[in-house]
Amino acid sequence: MSVTLLFLGPLRDLAGEQEREVASPLDWAGLIEQVGPKIAAQLEDDRVNIACKGKVLADKRALIAEDGDEVALLPPVSGG
Amino acid sequence: MLATPLDVRLLEKGMSIGEALAAFNAAHEEAGGVVSFLGKVRPDGDVRALELTHYEPLTLPGMEELAANARTRFDLDGALVWHRIGVMNPGEAIVLVATAARHRRNAFEAADHLMDHLKSAAWFWKRERRDDGWHWIEPRDADRADLARWNSPRT
Repeated sequence: MSVTLLFLGPLRDLAGEQEREVASPLDWAGLIEQVGPKIAAQLEDDRVNIACKGKVLADKRALIAEDGDEVALLPPVSGG
Repeated sequence: MLATPLDVRLLEKGMSIGEALAAFNAAHEEAGGVVSFLGKVRPDGDVRALELTHYEPLTLPGMEELAANARTRFDLDGALVWHRIGVMNPGEAIVLVATAARHRRNAFEAADHLMDHLKSAAWFWKRERRDDGWHWIEPRDADRADLARWNSPRT
């Protein structure tokens, strides 16, 4: 019973890994607890999005991930 | 073979610009004009390479939506939107956009619109390798401003 957390872009460096399995179900509070303070601070930023099952959540704090779901943490996209 | 009216791709290897544009032109015989834009890795100081990462479930569907929106908004006959991912060297192509329309103004504006949206509303993360290692590229205010001009009344 697990959820796959995916760290995209610069969050990958901050996490020190590309992905991690965590216990399901996973909600916003559970996610914040799982990722540690550095990533949690990033997730609080409005420009950081969360996708669950390949869809960007309109309200990331309403996250409910079930067994087998993929949760992607999406920092702001690069310009340039 | 190109898909019509929209051909949207993520490419892991280099693209043949001439062949792509010839095929796009051939696929849109009825168009009065074709406009293309080629974006390249800028040779910039000590930048040795640029890496683009994406997120499979979002990036290509997002690009397809941008292309469909541009087609409707500018009454296009068709569009080609090809974007590289992976590691590129300075001078290499990153993105190729081509638009076909009955009249040139629509084709120009659609290419501009597509590029502004690919820059700041598509799911890509970029980092560049300089002499002292890899650096992530932050979102730029200029890109947000470029995007915003399409939301003001009738631009």
